[in-house]
Amino acid sequence: MKDEVESRDDRVANLKGLGSARKRVEDVRFTQGKGNYVDDIKLPGMLHGDFVRSPYAHARVKSINIDAAMALDGVVAVLTAKDLEPLSLHWMPTLAGDKQMVLADGKVLFQGQEVAFVVARDRYVAADAVELVEVDYEELPVLTDPFEAMKSDTVLREDLEDGADGAHGPRRHHNHIFLWEEGDKAATEEVIDSAEVVVEEMVYYHRTHPCPLETCGAVASMDKVNGKLTLYGTFQAPHVVRTVASLLSGIEEHNIRVVSPDIGGGFGNKVGVYPGYVCSIVASIVTGLPVKWVEDRMENLMATAFARDYWMQGKISATKEGKITGLHCHVTADHGAFDACADPTKYPAGFFHICTGSYDIPVAYVGVDGVYTNKAPGGVAYRCSFRVTEAAYFIERMIEVLAMELNMDAAELRRINFIRKEQFPYQSALGWEYDSGDYHTAWDKALTSVGYDDLRREQAERVEAFKRGETRKLMGIGLSFFTEIVGAGPVKNCDILGMGMFDSCEIRIHPTGSAIARLGTISQGQGHATTFAQILATETGIPADSITIEEGDTDTAPYGLGTYGSRSTPVAGAATALAGRKIRAKAQMIAAYLLEVHDDDVEFDVDRFVLKGAPERFKTMKEIAYAAYNQAIPGIEPGLEAVSYYDPPNMTYPFGAYVCVMDVDVDTGTTDIRQFYALDDCGTRINPMVIEGQVHGGLTEALAIAMGQEIAYDDLGNCKTGTLMDFFIPTAWETPNYVTDHTETPSPHHPIGAKGVGESPNVGGVPAFSNAVHDAFRAFGLRQAHMPHDHWRIWQIANDLGLHD
Amino acid sequence: MPDKMHIKVTVNGQDEEFLAEPRELLIYALRERLNLTGPHVGCETSHCGACTVIVNGKSVKSCTMFVGQANGAEITTIEGLGSPDALHVLQETFREHHGLQCGFCTPGMITRAHKLLEENPNPTEEEVRFGMAGNLCRCTGYQNIVKSILAAAAQMNGAQEAAE
Repeated sequence: MKDEVESRDDRVANLKGLGSARKRVEDVRFTQGKGNYVDDIKLPGMLHGDFVRSPYAHARVKSINIDAAMALDGVVAVLTAKDLEPLSLHWMPTLAGDKQMVLADGKVLFQGQEVAFVVARDRYVAADAVELVEVDYEELPVLTDPFEAMKSDTVLREDLEDGADGAHGPRRHHNHIFLWEEGDKAATEEVIDSAEVVVEEMVYYHRTHPCPLETCGAVASMDKVNGKLTLYGTFQAPHVVRTVASLLSGIEEHNIRVVSPDIGGGFGNKVGVYPGYVCSIVASIVTGLPVKWVEDRMENLMATAFARDYWMQGKISATKEGKITGLHCHVTADHGAFDACADPTKYPAGFFHICTGSYDIPVAYVGVDGVYTNKAPGGVAYRCSFRVTEAAYFIERMIEVLAMELNMDAAELRRINFIRKEQFPYQSALGWEYDSGDYHTAWDKALTSVGYDDLRREQAERVEAFKRGETRKLMGIGLSFFTEIVGAGPVKNCDILGMGMFDSCEIRIHPTGSAIARLGTISQGQGHATTFAQILATETGIPADSITIEEGDTDTAPYGLGTYGSRSTPVAGAATALAGRKIRAKAQMIAAYLLEVHDDDVEFDVDRFVLKGAPERFKTMKEIAYAAYNQAIPGIEPGLEAVSYYDPPNMTYPFGAYVCVMDVDVDTGTTDIRQFYALDDCGTRINPMVIEGQVHGGLTEALAIAMGQEIAYDDLGNCKTGTLMDFFIPTAWETPNYVTDHTETPSPHHPIGAKGVGESPNVGGVPAFSNAVHDAFRAFGLRQAHMPHDHWRIWQIANDLGLHD
Repeated sequence: MPDKMHIKVTVNGQDEEFLAEPRELLIYALRERLNLTGPHVGCETSHCGACTVIVNGKSVKSCTMFVGQANGAEITTIEGLGSPDALHVLQETFREHHGLQCGFCTPGMITRAHKLLEENPNPTEEEVRFGMAGNLCRCTGYQNIVKSILAAAAQMNGAQEAAE
């Protein structure tokens, strides 16, 4: 038999299971241009929808005249709020417990807001008709500053009853959304008031946007004959979309099929429900024809979910030796016109209270005030797990500022405050239980790898040379040590619109020993079809190449909460492993029957069950699968299938240590990233190639955010960054090469010990880049400069410090 | 509405003709008339390069070219670079070196890289980075894209040398 001559190592290699740098199965179609994205979908008779959008940030809509548009040849319908009102669809619930206008109901609250939806024969006619819709606006005062908004007499949300509670408790001003608090405020203030050293700083994490290369879109198709609605769309959470669509439309859930086809990047942008989705559904119901809506880039940047916009006022206290004693943070969070954050219901500021970071801080308090302004709604987790990025940036800036105050090396300050290995599981002052970590080992490895002491010497020499007038370039060493909190989440804590955040996997083994597995998640480039098969290969002994992974079709996939917040591996990955174990448990009984021994006498070995003590007697999974279907086995029903729904007992806590070395030209403000070292610890590593790719990509998004990318508004609420000309995305030319490294500290509660990695590099990368800029000017007294650090702003830093004199 | 133009183009070696408004963008003619959905629309302002095709021997962002401007042209899209049975070297090296993730930029990336290697068969890393700067990727951070292109250049040059 062939199997007998195969070594055990060969058999393991053949599986391409956990730890294998397996090439991606997705790439075969993508490299040939055979992906199937939403805009590739073409259904018979399909119409195209397009929005009339508000040019004003705040205005009353006095009238809308659609006559000229309707008269245009090829226009089928023009929907306004009046048309949606009888269906109660002119407003829709947001994921944050607020509501949002689908189409302008009496007023508009941000530039680019949806006012009317034109449905036409093709996209050109639709665009022409948009120009023909006449809207009469009356301008209102515009509020773009959250601090001003909290003082202003101008009421943005007239729909909300004055003085009534919001979804997250009392509102103390008509433009206030919530105050959310965690930690012991009094104790924290007491510690800080009596501390030896206290520093206070305002850390602003500017507004930006996930900007996936594919914009958002949908194709809705209402089949009036059988009463079924099919909705294709760029959905990071297709099952949630189905449930929400059912609740909103009244169509029974079994009559709705939601399909997320290939998704061209999500990064949080495709979690929310947008007016375009609702309008295409309504338009399809009204016209009886399929309706496609795909936004253009300007619409994407101006109207779909932004990220960040957190003003974080921090106070950190320490002993003279640098031991941190307390942390206080108050955030003014600019949520825009509607609170459309994508956070678990209980956490209106997401997991921002991970802001004590990787440090053993005995007492802490955080308070977040959410505020309405005349900006686009959103506040999504752009490549991070619900405000974790803001938290990591905050604490990593506060550490740097504290190091300056203490006149200490920032690497050493981190080291003496890290949570120690023996403290895990660690209870943080703000209520989290960190599952596992070994921060000191990771930090030492990182600093040694980059030659930290030599870099500091070189930097000191550079400063001296600069002062002597021998160079105009300074050198910054950006340090960052981050702890993430991902994998939402235990259902008891985490739900979205009441839907518990578990996830799922369903496996079917075919008679010939290959398999299909379906999950409640959806890949947007992460390579699930590759990596989830690897988990199953190791668990079931069926080669990954013989396992098809399917996601995103709610008619076939088990219910799950989708892919965002690095939750796929921690939650669906766990479900996958456990479903695989159910398969194995049944396979063991079948193997024992076939070998005519007791169940306990056989054990699993890579791809087979062997008789204990006599490994030459075995049954391969292939043989077992065939028998499962084709042999009558007493007491065992035919077939080999399993399903697992996984509610994680805790979240996972990936961490990492990043170092960025940057030269900064004082006269031009330009920067040159000489070196970037990224050590990630994501627990058990499923596919090192995919992990490395995720790190490269996340770091580049971090580079963009830290060094130039922003969504900016002028005082009238005009979005100044609505195209890729103004919204910075680094090209291959600006992007450095990265060095990746790792340590491996498995999660103790995850079935395979994996923690998730996709968002780590964005969470840890932003402070590394930003700290490098700050560090370059540390010798000249720079404490805090707001991102993004584009050339102009860096030049301004140098100028403000008198370095151009 | 302006009169429709009679458009004749050769796409991936195949002659095509149709009537179109002159304002129609080449990308939509390719995607919606000819069902070549490999090239994608990412920005409609020629910044992202997801729509990159080859028109008369030059890399062109088909989202900012009117189909009327392409009349009579010879056009190559990702669909014309390789076939399932005979993949283009770049299609292989992008997979081998993990040069893609979500795949949305990939057709434009490979089509541009193909042209780049025709223009400069033996590029340095710097030349690849410069030559690919018109194509944006949000997933990979470019490092593995650059690696994939350099690997393809080495393979193609190796094959060339072996043939000589």
